[in-house]
Amino acid sequence: MPDAELAVSASGGSARARSAVVARHGTGLALRALALGPLLILAALWVLLSILSPYVFTTLNITNLLQASSVVAILATGQLLIILTGAIDLSAGAVVALATVVGAKLAQSTTHSGIAVIAAMLATGATVGLANGLLIEKARLGSSFVVTLGMLSIATGAAYVIADGSTITGLPRLVDHVGSDDVGGVPISALVVLVFAAVIALLTARLQWGRWIYMVGGNRDAGERVGIPVRAVSISVFVLGGLAAGLAGVIQAGLTDSGTASSGFNAELDAISAVVIGGATLTGGRGTVFGTLVGALILGTIHNGLNLLSVNLNWEPIVLGSVLILAIAADRVRASLETRLRLRAAAGSGS
Amino acid sequence: MTASGHEVGRPPAVGELRRAGAEPVLEVEGASKSFGAVAALSDVSLTLARGEIVALLGDNGAGKSTLIKCVSGAHRLDRGTVKLAGETLVLRSPMHARQHGIETVYQDLSLFDNLSVAANLFAGRELTGYAGWLRQRAMTTRVAQMLDELEVNVPNLSAPVGLLSGGQRQAIAVARAVTFASRLVILDEPTAALGVRETRNVLRLVKRLPERGISVLIISHNLEQVAAVADRVVVMRRGTKVGEAPPDAEHHDRIVSLIVGAQSGPL
Repeated sequence: MPDAELAVSASGGSARARSAVVARHGTGLALRALALGPLLILAALWVLLSILSPYVFTTLNITNLLQASSVVAILATGQLLIILTGAIDLSAGAVVALATVVGAKLAQSTTHSGIAVIAAMLATGATVGLANGLLIEKARLGSSFVVTLGMLSIATGAAYVIADGSTITGLPRLVDHVGSDDVGGVPISALVVLVFAAVIALLTARLQWGRWIYMVGGNRDAGERVGIPVRAVSISVFVLGGLAAGLAGVIQAGLTDSGTASSGFNAELDAISAVVIGGATLTGGRGTVFGTLVGALILGTIHNGLNLLSVNLNWEPIVLGSVLILAIAADRVRASLETRLRLRAAAGSGS
Repeated sequence: MTASGHEVGRPPAVGELRRAGAEPVLEVEGASKSFGAVAALSDVSLTLARGEIVALLGDNGAGKSTLIKCVSGAHRLDRGTVKLAGETLVLRSPMHARQHGIETVYQDLSLFDNLSVAANLFAGRELTGYAGWLRQRAMTTRVAQMLDELEVNVPNLSAPVGLLSGGQRQAIAVARAVTFASRLVILDEPTAALGVRETRNVLRLVKRLPERGISVLIISHNLEQVAAVADRVVVMRRGTKVGEAPPDAEHHDRIVSLIVGAQSGPL
């Protein structure tokens, strides 16, 4: 929730008002603890893994974990914006693949300038996002599910056509640097995640446009009545989501020094899972960047933990799916607890 | 049915503009609107003076909602005119109406349940600094003042509005409208979902608007409730205006029979 507005304390100085203030502080603490739910899950996972494996908190493993989580973290941050408006983007993973192929093809055929290649990859993502947004809002096709499902197929196909079905290796050094190098054990890709997430967090929590994103997801009709540019807001989140997919493509390509049409396969599902595990609702209007990053780290930790414990890779999707379903169940419990706490706070203030 | 579009019974005399020296704020003339073959409004005329509270009464399907949607910018009239402070307006959207000082409280309240009280009150009109930076502290302070002035008691301004009681939600929707309206507040069934005490609170808010020179058009199908606040009652039936009267005891039975359609004609 982007509201950092302060609770205004009761004006009266009576004992009843004071006890109401105390009750509200107690409830406020409980509510804050609830908001930390995903973080608690992550902490529990780390404790569990550190008992099961001595390698969890080695520098090398943490670097690996952060690096492996960065593609999903960036995709999830973009997906969060779209989900906040009550829409969804199923094409994100395919756009990652398309961006890697566009970048690799460009590096192979036209330019060795890392900046030019990165710009082209970001532009590819943003363009597909814009197309999604225009089809949904301007052509008034409405359903983001169906439009982006179509776009998933188109972007995947385009990636295969451009790469001619093969893997194109050799990207500019700058791209490889971003994707696979680290500074003192901190992967550069993780720093990219931090910067991108910070910008999006600022947008959602502090800027008017971000407030409007929550309003479109909360009550679209009311948004139109109060004069919010609902369609422009919706299109903008698809453009930012596409941009995020392009950026994830840069990291993915740098990680493997290649572009391939099969990269990013199903990555949008991981991203959506991360957003939901991080406490957002698919109906829109609820969710935070911080929660989403925690969600992405939870997925990354599970993946990393299963590797460390040498669990057969075939089990991984089963574990991830179960965690997603558990997260939704936990969120239900959290929501009902939150409602009860807030109602108690409202009743406790004697109104 | 009387010839609609004309004042029934009393002529639209100066006495109707209840407050001394009050000029008309809203003048609707010959308003007609059809949806397909259904005539939702036919040739309805209505005048509101500055600071006047008019209740629009009628059974379901009488055309009350259609009329106010035409005044609030949600629908466009097929025929007829809407004048605001003497100026003819073609209202394009609710936003356009807001720019002209007309605020509407819709039956569904149009609140954002996922956002705080402050975010709801300033929805679409956020106080911002450079690059759209939200001035959250300024908004919260202002909201506390606004609610204080209106004597609306909301325990926690940072709680999502969806978790507040029906009466508090209603009060917030009304507070949003009355704070920003400069000419006219339209309320669509403002007390439909409320208990006795909450209804009284909302009506108290409404009653104080004329002090600020704001006129009120209030839709209801409950004569008893609006009788306490309205200066005048306009009765609609089947898309036409069938009569109007002050909501006093003397006219009570007559108004009721107009609503149910037992009779029509001069009051």
